[in-house]
Amino acid sequence: MHIVVCIKQVPDTEELSRVRVNPEDNTIVREGVKSIINPFDENALEEALRIKERKSASVTAISMGPPQAKEALRKALAMGADKAFLISDSAFAGSDTWATSFILSKAIKKLGNFDLIIAGKQAIDGDTAQVGPGLAECLGIPQVTYVRKLEIKDGMIRTERTLEDCFEVVEAKLPALITVTKEINEPRYPSLRGLLRAKKMEIPVLTNEDLNLPSDKVGLEGSPTRVVRVFTPEPPPKGEIIEGDLEKKVDRVIEELKKRNLLRWLK
Amino acid sequence: MDFDLTEEQKMILELVEEVSEKEIAPLADEVAEKGEFPKKNIEKLASLDLFGITIPKRYGGLEMGYLTWTLVAERISRACATTGLIFGANLLCTFPLLNFGSEEQKERFLPPLAQGKSLGAFALTEPEAGSDAGNVQTSAKKDKGGYILNGNKIFITNGEVADTYIIIANLDKRRGPRGLAAFIVEKGNEGFSFGQHFKKMGLEALPNVELILRDCWVPQENLLGGEKKGFRIAMETFAAGRIGVGIGALGIAEAAFRKARDYSKERIQFGRPISSFQAVQHILADMATKIEAARYLLYKAAWLLDQGKPFEKYASMGKLYASETAMWVSTKAVQVLGGYGYMKDYPVERYMREAKLFEIIEGTSEIQRNILANLILKE
Repeated sequence: MHIVVCIKQVPDTEELSRVRVNPEDNTIVREGVKSIINPFDENALEEALRIKERKSASVTAISMGPPQAKEALRKALAMGADKAFLISDSAFAGSDTWATSFILSKAIKKLGNFDLIIAGKQAIDGDTAQVGPGLAECLGIPQVTYVRKLEIKDGMIRTERTLEDCFEVVEAKLPALITVTKEINEPRYPSLRGLLRAKKMEIPVLTNEDLNLPSDKVGLEGSPTRVVRVFTPEPPPKGEIIEGDLEKKVDRVIEELKKRNLLRWLK
Repeated sequence: MDFDLTEEQKMILELVEEVSEKEIAPLADEVAEKGEFPKKNIEKLASLDLFGITIPKRYGGLEMGYLTWTLVAERISRACATTGLIFGANLLCTFPLLNFGSEEQKERFLPPLAQGKSLGAFALTEPEAGSDAGNVQTSAKKDKGGYILNGNKIFITNGEVADTYIIIANLDKRRGPRGLAAFIVEKGNEGFSFGQHFKKMGLEALPNVELILRDCWVPQENLLGGEKKGFRIAMETFAAGRIGVGIGALGIAEAAFRKARDYSKERIQFGRPISSFQAVQHILADMATKIEAARYLLYKAAWLLDQGKPFEKYASMGKLYASETAMWVSTKAVQVLGGYGYMKDYPVERYMREAKLFEIIEGTSEIQRNILANLILKE
């Protein structure tokens, strides 16, 4: 069984106050900010490693990003992934979720056969939750999102898919793609042995020379999304605390609501 | 002179610091309060392979040396001194096995210790034998291809939780220290049991247990390093152990210093943070200076040990200075926090109680000064 885990390197949320948006091109300024593996992707990798431990599987971690995203892949190797590939080319820069899904699908095909693709439910920087589903569509395979539990049996995957206030049980035929929530497991720390092993491992880079994708399908040119503006939302105005005895408080609330025309249905 | 860490050491420390801060430190108050062996912490350290740092690869370790071990133990102790000492006491078992064990003994006992699957302990202390290490009453008698051990050991760190014990007993009482021998005794050996768990001023979750040997027979192959080697094994093990105890003290000192520093910047009195008062500033400056000095004495001892050079002098200096620094820094940290420092809501009163142990174990401060004077006067 071959499992591919999709990993994104994101700014560390603990350093969120240091993250800035470049007003010129609406992209995140990453200089000087510590990077981590997107936390949900760590859950994805952990789940792949647990499947590997249960029923001999090989786990390949892939990431699309700048050269420094190798650090995220190295951590994936330290945690126990067997192989890691970085998909990186200046031609891919500026790709939106559409172009990213397309490029990842081509890279995965290039890597050979797979039985299962696992990704985090979304990345904590862009929060779109689109690349996983997009990737499944590009590959023409079934997808189950927001998985909190899974079981693999006889070429099928049986999952519990989280919904707002319940879950549904969804089965899919392999090969399939799932995205996972943080409830599915607790990611492990790498061991020292894992760290030392990962330090010595090669992380091959797939560029557009390897994938040979047309320029109008990748990067900014291949991205239908246009980010018009990125801004920090205004903090909500401070509320007013109404003091006094209960009757007066209720009267005051009704008065305020009427003023705002929110009680028009009340005769 | 190169003070830089290797790439590998930096990587390891980044991981150990993350785990110490996120997983171990948040439990430290609870561990101390409950007084229960912090099993989860030890399993976490084992899952990271930390128990194998000093052990050669052929026995299942990582072969990264005592300096790396020291750097790691410092981070663990800063987060939780109890966990740090359990980790450190393990060294008192692996060190003599590595340095005095036969090939067969190493192959048999080291791999589970390297993986943290079993813990180790070292037992010399008895009611009548502490600083006077030669006065061991526990006896060993040759019998049927082995030895019969009889006696009681007290205060033994990792007692009952450990699986492998190095036990010092005398084969010939008339010969004093020269009559001592070291034996490997395993938990479950017939005649080997555990007595009282001693209650302490601090570090309540650290197992310090009485070992009881009643006609405990161990086979000849469990004799460590020859019949007359007991005293030498004990002395060399203690010397190495001093690095571990010193680094534990350093961890407490660093934790207390950080609390005092951070608190002084937040605490407002007379309309300004108390860190703006020179009286407080000088305390903080002295804390940082002493900690740094203790740190490099211990690093040097560990480095010398890795180089195979005499390290005993630096180990004693480091242990002496780090433990007295921990006592001084933690006492001053309570002072900086004032009334709050004395309260159980803040950890500094705990640091102060914990620090005291380090001036006593692995040779009291007085014994360290004796050792040092002896070494210096011979130079």
